[in-house]
Amino acid sequence: MIKTENIKKVFGKNEVLKGISTTIDKGEVVTVIGPSGSGKSTFLRCLNLLEEPTSGHIYINGEAITDRAVNKMEVRKNIGMVFQHFHLFPHMTVLENVTYAPQKVKGMSKKEAEQTGKNLLARVGMTDKEKAYPNRLSGGQKQRVAIARALAMEPEMMLFDEPTSALDPEMVKEVLDVMKGLAETGMTMVIVTHEMNFAKEVADRVLFLDEGVLMEETDPITFFSNPSTTRAQRFLKKVL
Amino acid sequence: MNLDFSQIVPYIPFILEGIGATLKFVSVSILAGFILGTILAIFKITGFWPLKLFADVYTSIFRGTPLILQLMIIYLAIPQLTGYDISAFLSAVLAFGLNSAAYISEIIRAGIMAVDKGQTEAAKALGVPYRTMMLHIILPQAFKNILPALMNEFITLTKESALVSTIGYLDLMRRAQIAGADLYRNFEPLFFAGVIYWVMVTILTLIGRYVERRMRQSD
Repeated sequence: MIKTENIKKVFGKNEVLKGISTTIDKGEVVTVIGPSGSGKSTFLRCLNLLEEPTSGHIYINGEAITDRAVNKMEVRKNIGMVFQHFHLFPHMTVLENVTYAPQKVKGMSKKEAEQTGKNLLARVGMTDKEKAYPNRLSGGQKQRVAIARALAMEPEMMLFDEPTSALDPEMVKEVLDVMKGLAETGMTMVIVTHEMNFAKEVADRVLFLDEGVLMEETDPITFFSNPSTTRAQRFLKKVL
Repeated sequence: MNLDFSQIVPYIPFILEGIGATLKFVSVSILAGFILGTILAIFKITGFWPLKLFADVYTSIFRGTPLILQLMIIYLAIPQLTGYDISAFLSAVLAFGLNSAAYISEIIRAGIMAVDKGQTEAAKALGVPYRTMMLHIILPQAFKNILPALMNEFITLTKESALVSTIGYLDLMRRAQIAGADLYRNFEPLFFAGVIYWVMVTILTLIGRYVERRMRQSD
């Protein structure tokens, strides 16, 4: 479903990604882990072209989205994204946040969008807050709304950029539970995270990035019990 | 002390008519300045350099020269070139509208820049096109942030509007001067006009506070 070929990203003189090639299949849940500054967020942001790779190709369902001629908006409609700092629209209520894009981007009627939106809010356990504004919500609630907002576009895949890193510890679980539920529905997910237990439990595959290089790419059991590179061994020693 | 407010009583209707004249051209100027200022602000933040250059030069010229000079050029100097006999009203609206657009564009630009970059990213990630995003996501948040500065600009414009008395537009100020000349007394009509300006500005301030409160609902 997603295929990256030797993608590189350079910011100024700093080469953040040094040629990442991988394939993510439909329905797969992949976690991307690595020390901070390893390029994992940049890698994720390349997948929906929030960052444009300096070189290399990305294919989604066989289409080269890194071609200049490709309409980025069309690509992004199909890829949901959840951010570390939520980025809910503060001037809209929870329900408006969730129904906005389906109406404006997909041309859905208000009624239909609200029906879908309410179902999604129920799914993430936020029904009672649909009329609230984002700044009345806790971090965990915001993130659950953000997940619902992304799902409202009915994307084929979801990207998560450290979705629990900005949360108070007691709110991490509610967000991870929603993500677990989503993984069980067969959604294709790419998750940048520091939650090693979540990676162990939910991921089909782990990508370990360090200094812009994809060092390891393996199933979580092998990765966590028997990492092959010394970099990964050192990293795991620090975080586990 | 030589003060007699009863003397201006016959002139009160004449002076009060100036309120309408002032409000008429100030509101048209504000509207024009606001729309043009928004467009200029968007020019300034686009990556397309000719638009940015145009907006920057525009702002530099209109902020870098006196408003009264701009007014005179539009009313007196340009007709010399074109032969078109421009009315005092149209000159006033043009000068004030074009001038305030320069200031408003800077205010709005700053407001747009102050909106969290994450908002743009979230909208992009949802596939929202640029124009729609600007209109529904970025500008509403920018306007909320800049409302006090914008209100300030409107108040300044209302007060500065007295400059149009110099081209013979019968605004509040001009009418007070005419009354003063007729009566050979200036204190009373000017004081009266001053009170009216103050009341107008105070009302504008109160409206601004009300709008600000309404927009803070989501906080």
